[in-house]
Amino acid sequence: MYNLTNVTKDYPRGRQTVHALRGVDLRIADGEWLAIQGPTGHGKSTLLQLLGGLDRPTSGSVDFDGRDLATLRETEVTKVRATSIGFIFQTFNLIPTLSAQENVETALVPLGISGASRKARAAQALESVGLGDRARHLPSELSGGQQQRVAIARALVKEPKVLLADEPTGNLDEDTRDEIIALLEKLWQDNGLTMVVVTHDSSVARRAQRLGTMRNGKLTIRQAV
Amino acid sequence: MFFTYLWRELRRRMRQAVFIAVGLALGIGLVITVTAASAGVKNAQSSVLHSLYGVGTDITVTKAPAAGSGGPQSFGFGFRAGTAKRPAAGTKIDVENLRSTGLGTISSSDVSMIAAMKDVAAAAGGLTLLDTKITGTMPAINFNNGGGPGSFGGGGGFQNFRSSFTPTSFTVDGVDIGSGELGPLSNGKLVSGATFTGSDTNAHVAVLDSDYATSQKLKAGDTITVDKTSFKVIGIVSEPAGANPADVYIPLGVAQSLSGLKNDVNTIYVAATSGQEITSVADSITKAVPGASITDQSSLASQVTGSITSAASLADNLGRWLAIAVLAAAFGLASLLTMSAVSRRIREFGTLKALGWRSRRVIGQVMGESIAIGIVGGAVGVGLGFLGAALVDKFTTPLTATVGTDTGSATPGGSRFFGGGGGGAAFGGASPFRGGFQSAARAADTVAVHLSAPVTIAAVAAAVGLAILGGLIAGSFGGWRAARLRPAAALSKVA
Repeated sequence: MYNLTNVTKDYPRGRQTVHALRGVDLRIADGEWLAIQGPTGHGKSTLLQLLGGLDRPTSGSVDFDGRDLATLRETEVTKVRATSIGFIFQTFNLIPTLSAQENVETALVPLGISGASRKARAAQALESVGLGDRARHLPSELSGGQQQRVAIARALVKEPKVLLADEPTGNLDEDTRDEIIALLEKLWQDNGLTMVVVTHDSSVARRAQRLGTMRNGKLTIRQAV
Repeated sequence: MFFTYLWRELRRRMRQAVFIAVGLALGIGLVITVTAASAGVKNAQSSVLHSLYGVGTDITVTKAPAAGSGGPQSFGFGFRAGTAKRPAAGTKIDVENLRSTGLGTISSSDVSMIAAMKDVAAAAGGLTLLDTKITGTMPAINFNNGGGPGSFGGGGGFQNFRSSFTPTSFTVDGVDIGSGELGPLSNGKLVSGATFTGSDTNAHVAVLDSDYATSQKLKAGDTITVDKTSFKVIGIVSEPAGANPADVYIPLGVAQSLSGLKNDVNTIYVAATSGQEITSVADSITKAVPGASITDQSSLASQVTGSITSAASLADNLGRWLAIAVLAAAFGLASLLTMSAVSRRIREFGTLKALGWRSRRVIGQVMGESIAIGIVGGAVGVGLGFLGAALVDKFTTPLTATVGTDTGSATPGGSRFFGGGGGGAAFGGASPFRGGFQSAARAADTVAVHLSAPVTIAAVAAAVGLAILGGLIAGSFGGWRAARLRPAAALSKVA
């Protein structure tokens, strides 16, 4: 699925340069669940953004199914994101003015799917995360756990190959965290997804097949216990 | 999804959207009001100019009288000592004279020549004349004894001489009947009787101005005398306010014959084929008729004074700039607020881009919201514009236009000033009756013109266009900002 070779990412910060990634090599197989841990500011989220085509590396290649996201044209990368990659964010990132169902539909807009079909698929996706009865609710009318479920439904409604999650349980209490992780695990198993989850939470990381640790921009991988 | 998202977003920031819309509405309302007021002033000016100028006439051609030609007019008798022609005391005096005053003559052949010029639709000659009549009995005049009545030396002699005569005068226009709508009668509205027909070219028939007819208690069917010649009154016409019309209209050929100006006119009325050609036609006439004084509506407009010119200046300068300033401020405000709104929605747009939304779709969403605000602002602005125009209509005091002062040219039906080009009319030398004659010539006329502020479809369309433009400008700033967002940067703002 992914093959990252000697990936670096530098950010200018004032007159200095921050080396967020320092020569990362990484292979991720189809259907694999990789968890990435590490201290804040050591490059976890940067790595996730490169995997999702949200940013480009300073050097190196990010091969995704045979195409280098580092050099692909922006419109092509946008298309890859629209069709193949689902995102889940720590802060849910739902559109506050749209209902749960409409939020899920936003993921289908770039695919040019008709309104009726969008509605049907969004309703089904909400059903799959247990929120069929909350379709008309605005995010502000939902709990944190429910909002993250909507975000998961939005990420999965387009049936992506990859699900990238950045601290998906970071804003949730312990019980809700367990619910969400259980849901993600089930969806991963049921849908044959490739899943990369950035997390501080060891209980979440433990569920992954492999565990990576980012420290000072360098990645070390080990098999989960 | 587009409209749902658009509507929900506008509803979320309703206060800001209303603020922007009101700003645009004020700007657009002001633009419409100023445009309407400006159009109203132009209409008022046009109405004044039309009344001066005549429907269909684009240019009038006149000439200043040749030096000395307008000099003292002699009636064959006078006051001065030693005047050989002075009739004996007790002689009944009844003299009448029809002459061109204040204007030089132009050959009738110039009318045909101008009519044949390129871009000239029609040309007609006219003869503006003054009929003066003196009646009375010649007093006895003693130039040697002072003090007594009729004596020169005592100073009372002149007064005695003057009071022995009654001067009357009225203005006469010779009308080129074959020229159709062009000429001094083109503005007139027939009040009673009939106007000239083709068969009247050499007939002794007259059309009277309604004011003159009223003052002289004349009506259609009556008879008047012009230069001691009887004319049958066939109709009464009313000229618009400020038109300063002639008192009597007679066929041009007859006027030429009576005034001894056969083959001459003193005014040529010219219609150009289109408004764009007026300047070139005026240039051609200037070259072709040496010494000609050319007057068109724009030069005439500069001679109109009064509050109408202040209003025009106010509408053109202050009003226009105020509207532009308010509109620019509204556009600027809308742009700033839209950019600020985009800044607050960075995470939202970053998320949409992460979901695979193209930049142009995000820009379209931002612009759609701005245009929707612009349309609402435009609609409210049109309403405010109509309200503003109605208020201008209702509360503006009538504008005054002073026209017909010494123009130095014969505006058709306009100022007819007396004794130009070299001296006033006089009886035998000095001008003892000049004061009486001047009262016959019209002084400047001040007319009150109601200012109506018409809102045209074009103005409304322009306002809606401006509103959409405002939305587009604001949206493009916001969209530009949204388009520049890299999704990772947008998401990291809140990570």
